[in-house]
Amino acid sequence: IGKITGCVFPLQGAGQDVGRSCILVSIGGKNIMLDCGMHMGYNDDRRFPDFSYITQNGRLTDFLDCVIISHFHLDHCGALPYMSEMVGYDGPIYMTHPTKAICPILLEDFRKITVDKKGETNFFTSQMIKDCMKKVVPLNLHQTVQVDDELEIKAYYAGHVLGAAMVHIKVGSESVVYTVSVNKYAKSHISAWIDKCRPDILISESTYATTIRDSKRCRERDFLKKVHETIERGGKVLIPVFALGRAQELCILLETFWERMNLKAPIYFSTGLTEKANHYYKLFITWTNQKIRKTFVQRNMFEFKHIKAFDRSYADNPGPMVVFATPGMLHAGQSLQIFKKWAGNEKNMVIMPGYCVQGTIGHKILNGQRKLEMEGRATLDVKLQVEYMSFSAHADAKGIMQLIRMAEPRNMLLVHGEAVKMEFLKGKIEQEFSIDCYMPANGETATVTTNPSVPVDISLNLLKREMALGGPLPDPKKPRTMHGTLIMKENSLKLVSSEQALKELGLNEHQLRFTCRVQLQDPHSDPDTLHRIYTHLKSVLKGYTIQHLPDGTVMVESIVIKVSSSAEDTNAKVLLLSWSYQGGEYFFTALCIVKRLMYQ
Amino acid sequence: MKLYCLSGHPTLPCNVLKFKSTTIMLDCGLDTTSVLNFLPLPLVHSPRLSKLPGWISKDGTINLEKVLDARELLDLSTIDVILISNYHCMMALPYITEHTGFTGTVYATEPTLQIGRLLMEEVVNFMERVPKAQSATCWKNKEIQRMLPGPLKDAVDVWTWKRCYSMQEVNSALSKVQLVGYSQKVELFGAVQVSPLSSGYSLGSSNWIIQSHHEKVSYVSGSSLLTTHPQPMDQSSLKNSDVLILTGLTQMPTANPDGMLGEFCSNLAMTIRAGGNVLVPCYSSGVIYDLLECLYQFIESASLGTTPFYFISPVANSSLEFSQIFAEWLCHNKQTKVYLPEPPFPHAELIQTNKLKHYPSIHGDFSSEFRQPCVVFTGHPSLRFGDVVHFMELWGKSSLNTIIFTEPDFSYLDALAPYQPLAMKCVYCPIDTRLNFHQVSKLLKEVQPLHVVCPEQYTQPPLTQSHRSDLMLELQPPPMPYRRCSVLNLPFRRRYERVYILPELANSLVPSEIKPGVSVATVSAVVHSKDNKHTLQSVPKPPPVAPSKKRKRVMDEPPVVLAPKPLLSGAVPLEAFLATLQKHGITEVKVEETADGHILHLQAEDTLIQLEEDGTHIVCDNNEPLRTTLRDLVLRFLQKL
Repeated sequence: IGKITGCVFPLQGAGQDVGRSCILVSIGGKNIMLDCGMHMGYNDDRRFPDFSYITQNGRLTDFLDCVIISHFHLDHCGALPYMSEMVGYDGPIYMTHPTKAICPILLEDFRKITVDKKGETNFFTSQMIKDCMKKVVPLNLHQTVQVDDELEIKAYYAGHVLGAAMVHIKVGSESVVYTVSVNKYAKSHISAWIDKCRPDILISESTYATTIRDSKRCRERDFLKKVHETIERGGKVLIPVFALGRAQELCILLETFWERMNLKAPIYFSTGLTEKANHYYKLFITWTNQKIRKTFVQRNMFEFKHIKAFDRSYADNPGPMVVFATPGMLHAGQSLQIFKKWAGNEKNMVIMPGYCVQGTIGHKILNGQRKLEMEGRATLDVKLQVEYMSFSAHADAKGIMQLIRMAEPRNMLLVHGEAVKMEFLKGKIEQEFSIDCYMPANGETATVTTNPSVPVDISLNLLKREMALGGPLPDPKKPRTMHGTLIMKENSLKLVSSEQALKELGLNEHQLRFTCRVQLQDPHSDPDTLHRIYTHLKSVLKGYTIQHLPDGTVMVESIVIKVSSSAEDTNAKVLLLSWSYQGGEYFFTALCIVKRLMYQ
Repeated sequence: MKLYCLSGHPTLPCNVLKFKSTTIMLDCGLDTTSVLNFLPLPLVHSPRLSKLPGWISKDGTINLEKVLDARELLDLSTIDVILISNYHCMMALPYITEHTGFTGTVYATEPTLQIGRLLMEEVVNFMERVPKAQSATCWKNKEIQRMLPGPLKDAVDVWTWKRCYSMQEVNSALSKVQLVGYSQKVELFGAVQVSPLSSGYSLGSSNWIIQSHHEKVSYVSGSSLLTTHPQPMDQSSLKNSDVLILTGLTQMPTANPDGMLGEFCSNLAMTIRAGGNVLVPCYSSGVIYDLLECLYQFIESASLGTTPFYFISPVANSSLEFSQIFAEWLCHNKQTKVYLPEPPFPHAELIQTNKLKHYPSIHGDFSSEFRQPCVVFTGHPSLRFGDVVHFMELWGKSSLNTIIFTEPDFSYLDALAPYQPLAMKCVYCPIDTRLNFHQVSKLLKEVQPLHVVCPEQYTQPPLTQSHRSDLMLELQPPPMPYRRCSVLNLPFRRRYERVYILPELANSLVPSEIKPGVSVATVSAVVHSKDNKHTLQSVPKPPPVAPSKKRKRVMDEPPVVLAPKPLLSGAVPLEAFLATLQKHGITEVKVEETADGHILHLQAEDTLIQLEEDGTHIVCDNNEPLRTTLRDLVLRFLQKL
């Protein structure tokens, strides 16, 4: 019985910075790693989290009880093969089915770009990705997974990207909820929200901490308008995306728009992943929103008429076109190549539908940089229009506030955001919910003291007895008090009545009794004296249990009163008051009353 | 704890469990065998059927028998929740949830809900597309029923037979379903926790654990240990049950599913080669996926590449599509396929290559695209309604054709009766993947429940095979059998309940060690009960009583219950006690030995102390300070509980 602390420890990257997530939580003696992401803005060792923070010389497997991956974005799972295969971790890794399906493909894709194209060494291999995925245990929504006897986890739908999940981690009566990014607008789904689980800590990303975004519909209309205008004036639109996630939704949006407006300009989707990606969406349709699910038998939303596969040579074609290209932050690959080609023409447009990490070209152009330094000292003049649409489903302030209202956490912890913006949100949360809000920096530990109550097995007899005493309805003025004995044996805590405790422990009761003799003069016979005492007590002590027993005794509660007289003098009476250690409370009252009666 | 048994059908169970003041219905299967008493509903007017003598063709209403009109046993509106184990066991749901005052929640997995909806939709569709000119109910009257011919006369409880529900009722019933995932813990009123477990029988099929902190009931219904398409059965979570309710064992304990599947394929190939057609009456979901998968592998080797396969049902397309999107409910092999990403079931490929075609009914496209010889999968397996009736009429007269029964729910002879005489070949290959007696006894040995409750049918060998003692459950202690309408008292005594001691109180407790490893602490606390959860809080300090002049008044009030003094245990050792007395200035002590202990006479104080093994008696007149001192000295040697 004591206080247990929950510690949260964001590894480099997850603290006050956007780029990669990796958080270590210690709760009730268990250590859990939440996400294992890589930083896209770096090309060196800083890309991966520094796992030596966790243990200096021990093995990760001995220290960590499990790893949980929230979704398939590389800034959340990119370092997984590095951790499990190169640093060495053999424990369980949990992620949802869609994440398990898609994650290895993105990892392999990324590996190819880094190793095969850029020729980097000291990176994980294809085999390592496969071996790493073998350690993955798939999670179903709402399934309670017992990691071990004490640690259990439960996944909720998060609506961020396909298969994204919030996790509720519970050890005894302490719990933590971790969520990447709750997409408030994705509630068109099964049960996008969480139970009122009252966790000790709610850990949330705060990428868009300050933005309270306008409605999704507005943004969609805005997006379509911008694309349409560019096409009309003969420009080309580049939309850098990640292969899976928001891309599919934007495709559906453009597809229906093209259909309705009868537009002819071609839409392309780069990367061979497209078809595969759409297939994933079809097979995991139960993880998408309700609208798509409902109609899937009649019409597959992910078979597009207007959207065709992109070929590198198309970039030089004349005339308007829309191209979705990966990756989403313009840091490498096809999207960057196309960007370089089109950047010089002010008729063209690039729409960034998601957040860009510092250091990437996407981030630079969003900040208004118009001259970019490229490799080999060449500079690139950016003349095309740059538009930003926050379609990325990271949590915004409103989403986070709503989540807090739902889950009712005792403490809040913000990660994965920029310090200034997090500070703003922290203030807002503390003001509105009056709960403590933490925002640890990278490598910094936030310690949150939890105060768990202690579960005990109470004997049903004892509980029922107490409940009966209190009457059928609880009375706030008269609390039900119960008295019992707590037996602590090994790991069990049992609360039983004192009598049962004696029996269970095989102990004999030791009776402690007291007797007091009072001498007095009274002319009546013994029984009469006793009866006088009885009637008097009865008239004075209302509400007490007073009995006249046939064996010649009077009992006030548990105090026994007897009268005897000496053989010589029948007027000299001896009054015997006898009570047990447990029942002596009213002794004085009784004695005073009797004495007063006799000396009247 | 009580169990009300509303169904006598062992594979279509309906039980109600009362546990810790919650009322939980376990499944609501619909026994439709009563339709065999009726004539088939033809899609086109059949002169032959309408002229059949003897049968009550003048009626023509198809009724479905409801499990049981349970009102006499139990008020259906008091049911808090219904737990569904698989889509075959929920077909009576609209009868329970509609028009009964039911206000509870139904729990089922997503595949169970979706496929269950399809099956109900199918039945409703079958019924509604052949509207009946007239219907009769008078014959259900007992007096009239007695005069009816044949098996109808002997049918029991015909008054419980009900008309089929409407789509509106289905939708309303299904809107009460709350989806759950395997191993999800669902709290019911804070008193009971229920949790579905994979049962391996069909997509999303589940067994249920119903437990509190100290008691555990397992409900095992339709489970399978065979490797078919669903996720394997979760056996280990059934361990440590106090009571295990066992239903839904195989209806074909002597038929090996693998052997039947082989027979199915070879008969099918033989008929096709001879130029005949094959009719497979089946449900639209379940075993059909396995049949198609088996055929997918078989087609090439049996050179059936060009034979068309037709699947005709109003829900054929939906059933085939739905089967592909439940990756997390499938066996490991199929899950791995989805990761590639490929459709988990090979019937996607059969459809793509035009080998398998599906139609909502025989009308429309089917009639123009239909080629013979072919294989037709269609419902309903009772042969009383659905498109199958048409094919019976069409193909029944030719001995080239074959009908292959795969569903075990209906007796194939009874099903065929109205179509006799029949030239068509008839093959009976019932495929029932549910647990057989051998598997179940192994399972029970493994999970070791304290008590087993099962339908009485499982406690004796089948009537037709009374010598087969291997076709029954033999357990020690013997299982508790139930029959329709019985109410069982489950052998169960609840002794403990979970309470939570709040940290403030927990920190204030003073434990003392009684024996090595065992400590005790006396607890006085205020019990707070909310949502069936109890917490213990420190007793608030009473406000200081203002010194009152009216002392007498205080006495008039009933006693305030203070923390009672603890019970005592142990013994007071004479020598040590004497030494302690001496320390406190009591020196003139005369010790007298008695039969049970000692009497100490404190001469100066004129006080007696009687010390015995299990008691101490202090006789002391009118000297309160001394009495208190002595009491405290005695207490030093005793343990307090």
